[in-house]
Amino acid sequence: MKRYTKDHEWVEIDGQEAVVGISEHAAEELGDITYVELPAEQSQIAAGDSLGVIESVKAASDVYSPVGGTVVAVNSRLEESPELVNASAEDEGWICRITKFAESDLEKLMDADAYAKFIKAK
Amino acid sequence: MGKKTVLYQEHLKAGARMVDFAGWEMPVQYKGILAEHEHTRKHVSLFDICHMGEFRVTGTGAAAALDAIFARPVADQKDGVCRYNFLLDEAGKVMDDLIVYRISDAEFFLVVNAGTRESDAALIRSLLPGNLVFCDESDATAKLDLQGPESAKVLAECGLDTALLPAYFRFRRATVCGIDCLLSRTGYTGELGFELYFDSDRAAELWNRLLAQEAVEPAGLGARDTLRLEMGYALYGHELNDEVTPLEAGYGPMLRLEALPARVFHGSAALRNHRITRTLVGIRLDGRRAARAGCEILNRENRVIGRVTSGAFAPSIGCAVAMGYIETGARPADGKVLLAAERATLEGELCAPPFYREGTAKTI
Repeated sequence: MKRYTKDHEWVEIDGQEAVVGISEHAAEELGDITYVELPAEQSQIAAGDSLGVIESVKAASDVYSPVGGTVVAVNSRLEESPELVNASAEDEGWICRITKFAESDLEKLMDADAYAKFIKAK
Repeated sequence: MGKKTVLYQEHLKAGARMVDFAGWEMPVQYKGILAEHEHTRKHVSLFDICHMGEFRVTGTGAAAALDAIFARPVADQKDGVCRYNFLLDEAGKVMDDLIVYRISDAEFFLVVNAGTRESDAALIRSLLPGNLVFCDESDATAKLDLQGPESAKVLAECGLDTALLPAYFRFRRATVCGIDCLLSRTGYTGELGFELYFDSDRAAELWNRLLAQEAVEPAGLGARDTLRLEMGYALYGHELNDEVTPLEAGYGPMLRLEALPARVFHGSAALRNHRITRTLVGIRLDGRRAARAGCEILNRENRVIGRVTSGAFAPSIGCAVAMGYIETGARPADGKVLLAAERATLEGELCAPPFYREGTAKTI
């Protein structure tokens, strides 16, 4: 079950890890994505820290981590195929996996319905 | 809320994302910039360019009068030929770049940028002798760009005898899908392509007839920009603006100032005395990340030596490219530069445009 931030990132728990990416809405707003800067594996981050940058033909956007913890995996497919984020932002276009996160970080975030309302209201 | 071209509703119907460009609401993309860019290089795309300006200058001595206005010679331009040219101010700085179509010694058709249309008209009017007639036909004229290796085939399917297609940088009148046009073999993509000028009342009709051809897809200003950047073509407001002369931008040889020492045109006195202090260069970056307009260019010793005028990921090349001005004399011997992009310092190498070298523009 995904949770969403006001900056259009999503996070979903998978076992001991939190999987993070940007929302379909964010990917569509950006347009064709041409570059993804991935965080370094093993980096320690706090909720709200920058994980990296996503660039499109016309724009660039920082990606902020919805949760704190340790980055244990990054989606290296995005290095050669950043367009995967456009094709599948909330599935195959995941950005990184984080362990040692706090569940309470997720509880503060919007669920899918709340996020849908949030983007409609913008 | 900007001006709308006659095709505005068509763009909304097609699901285009609209943006403001030079005070006009224009489609930046339909399916996506990368898809539209690729489709243009591989097949054929149709662009709404109705926002650009079109002027007609008629009367005895029109050729000589325009030769005294524009930076490149007009007097020796032949009938049926298009020539890229520049409108300068008295200081030799670029007010606009344009295409001059010579219909006859007494009739010229000028195609200018959207954002500078009013100021161009005012300046040209002020410089023309009283017997000549200047007419701004922009509102009555629709312009569509049909660009891509399959563009000639599309026109053939729209009733044009392929033997009658104009040669590169030439134009003629033609009937396309039953509509009378000025048809030129010009464009802004580096691919085989045509620009069509016709009665704006028939814009939606021709737009839809051309799109009805299976190979034709609409393309927006986003792809138009990545296509022209890959070719190293200047965009007014970026590589050309009122702070540079054509000399800095590398167009000196086109002006033939030394070959024609007696030639006088608006801005020529300043231009002949002008000392170049910077030069337009192309840069190929090491990765996919772009350094956009305004970024500083540095040498490897971290000294600022210039500034980017345009930059983007180049879809047909697979890395980012940029154009920018570098101080004369500061050009690194090994061509290696750094670019201070907003979020990172990027590495690149000077690379004379065109970055893309497989364009089909001259294949027929």
